[in-house]
Amino acid sequence: MSRAEADPAAIAATTTAPGPLRLFAVAFAENRGAVLGLGIMVLLLVVALLAGVVAPHSPIEQFRDHFLTPPVWQAGGTDRFPLGTDDVGRDLLSRLIYGARLSLLIGLSVVVLSLTTGSTLGLVAAFAGGGVDIAIMRLMDIVLVFPSLLLAIVIVAILGPSLFNAMLAVAIVTLPNYTRLARASALAELARDYVTATRAAGAGPLRLMFATVLPNCLAPLIVQATLGFSSAILDAAALGFLGLGAQPPTPEWGTMLAGALQFYQRAWWVLTFPGLAILLTVLAFNLFGDGLRDALDPKLKR
Amino acid sequence: MLRFLLRRVVLVVPTFIGVTLLSFLLIHLVPGDPIEVRFGERGVSPQRLAELRHEAGLDRPLWQQFLAYEGQVATGHLGTSVVTHEPVWSEFVTLFPATVELSVCAILFAILVGLPFGVIAAVRRGSVFDYGLMGLSVTGASMPIFWWGLMMILVFSVALGWTPVSGRISDAYYVAPWTGFMLIDAWFSDDRGAVASALSHLILPTIVLGTIPLATVARMTRSAMLEVLGEDYIRTARAKGLGTLRVVVVHALRNALIPVVTVIGLQVGTLLGGAILTETIFSWPGIGHWLIESIQRRDYPVLQGGTLLVASLVMLVNLGVDLAYGFLNPRIRR
Repeated sequence: MSRAEADPAAIAATTTAPGPLRLFAVAFAENRGAVLGLGIMVLLLVVALLAGVVAPHSPIEQFRDHFLTPPVWQAGGTDRFPLGTDDVGRDLLSRLIYGARLSLLIGLSVVVLSLTTGSTLGLVAAFAGGGVDIAIMRLMDIVLVFPSLLLAIVIVAILGPSLFNAMLAVAIVTLPNYTRLARASALAELARDYVTATRAAGAGPLRLMFATVLPNCLAPLIVQATLGFSSAILDAAALGFLGLGAQPPTPEWGTMLAGALQFYQRAWWVLTFPGLAILLTVLAFNLFGDGLRDALDPKLKR
Repeated sequence: MLRFLLRRVVLVVPTFIGVTLLSFLLIHLVPGDPIEVRFGERGVSPQRLAELRHEAGLDRPLWQQFLAYEGQVATGHLGTSVVTHEPVWSEFVTLFPATVELSVCAILFAILVGLPFGVIAAVRRGSVFDYGLMGLSVTGASMPIFWWGLMMILVFSVALGWTPVSGRISDAYYVAPWTGFMLIDAWFSDDRGAVASALSHLILPTIVLGTIPLATVARMTRSAMLEVLGEDYIRTARAKGLGTLRVVVVHALRNALIPVVTVIGLQVGTLLGGAILTETIFSWPGIGHWLIESIQRRDYPVLQGGTLLVASLVMLVNLGVDLAYGFLNPRIRR
C-alpha cells in the first residue's frame, strides 16, 4: 500500500493530479454493498441529527389511551403512531429515531476512545520495545482471553449498570484490536528509511510517533474503526438487553428489547422494529467497513 | 517441535496469572463488602463483621490476599455461592455439559451448512448465488442474536407452535443425568419421546447460537477455496480430466480446510459470549445463564469463579488450536 493513500494531508496536497483519493473512490464505488452501507449510514445520520424535527412525538411521552397500539397498516392501528406504541403508550417510531441518535453516539464514543487509547498504546509498545512492549502486549493478551461480552459484563458489574459504563466496558474490550494493529504497522514503518531520516534530522520521539509514523499506519486502523463501530453498537445493545446498559426509559434499542420481553408474544411490533434497527445499522457499518478495506488494500480482498 | 510446544505453553503462564489477578480484583472492586453482602438484609454487628473479616483474611494487605487466592485457585478452591452455598466448581461442572451440548450442536450446524455454501459460492464465483450468499453471510455476522432468538420464538414457538419456548426437555419426561448431555442421556433412557423432546428443545438455540459462526465459516470457506482454486495443482488435476466434483471436493476442499478449521477453533470465545445471550433467551440451564443470574443475584463469588473458569477454558482451547496448527503447518514452528 502506498503511503500517500493513507495520509489525508498528502491527499489534500496532491488533489491537482488524479491522486490516490480518486483511485480509492473508484474502487469503493465498484462495491455495491459498500455504497449501500454508506447510503444507510448517511440516512441514519440525518435522522439522528434531525430527530427533534423528524420524530412525530417525544420518545418518552406516554399516551395513556394508546397502550400497545399496533402499526398503522394493521387493524386497530392509527396514523398518529405509524409503527404502533409500547406497553405504556410511547410512540415506537419516535423512540427508534431517538435511539438512532443514541446508537451512533455510542458507536462514535466507543470507537474514539478505543482508537485513541489503543493506537497510543500500540505506538508506545512499538517505539519503547523491551519490557514496556512485553507488558502492554501481555495485558492485551489477558483482555483477549475473555469472551468480549463476558468481560464487558464483568466490568459493568464492577462499575454499576449505566449507558456510560457500558460504553466504557465495550471500549476496554475492543482495545486490543487497535493496539495490536497499531503496533504491527508501526513496527513495519520503523524499519523504513524515512523514519531514520526524520530521526537523524533531530525529531523528538513524540513527533516521530504521532507526526511521522502514525499517519502511515492509519489505513488499517480506519478499517478497524469502521468495523469497530458495528461491534460497539451490537455489544452496547446486548448489554442494554441484559439490563446492564442504558436504563429505561432511555430509548436505546437493546434496552427497548429488554422492555418488550414481557409482552412480545402479544405485540410483535415492540420486538421486531428495534431489532431490525440494530440489524440494519450494524449491517450498514459492516458493509461499509468491508468496502473500505477492499478499496484501501486490495491485498486483503476476500 | 518440542521447543515450539514448550514456548507456547510457557507463554500461557503469565496470561493465566493475569487472568487470576483480574478475577481476584473483581471481588474487591464490586460495590459492597463481601461479608456484609453475605448477610444481606439481616445486617451484622460491627464487631462480628470485624471478626469475620479477620477470619476471611480481608484485613491483610492486598498482595497477601492475592497470594492466598492464587493458592486457592491452584488447589481448585474457587469459593462458594452466596445464594446456594454450593462450591462454585461443582455448580460449574453440573451446568457445563448443557453449554457444551449447545455449543457443539451450534458449531456442527455452522459447519454442515456453512462449508457446502462456501464451496458452492467459490465455485460459482460472481453468480447470483454467490452474491446472495455473501449478502446473507454479512447479514448473519451483523445479527443481534438476542433479537434473532426472540424472533424465532415468536414465529416457530408462538405463531406456529412447532418448538418449545425454553428449557432442555419437557417436564413430562424424567431423564437421569448420567453424562449431563441431554441428548445422550435421553437416548439411553430408551424413551423415544424423551429424545424427540430433547431434540425439539435444541433446534432453535442451535440455530441462534450457530448463526454468527455459520456466517464466518461460509465466508472463510469461500475465500480459502478461491485461493486454492487458483493454484497450479488444481489446473493439473483438471487437465488430467478429473471431474469437477472430484477436483473441488478431493483436491481443493482438503487444502482449503486448514484455515477454516483454525477459524472455527478460535471461535470458542465468541461462541461462549453468544451462549450467554442464547441461554438467557431460551432459559437454557448452562454456564451463560448461570453467570447472568449471578449478576442479578449479586452472587459475586460465582461471577468471579465462573469468569475465571471460562477464561481458562478459552485459553486452553486457543493453546490447543495453536499447537494443532503448528503440528499441521511446519512453516510456523519457530
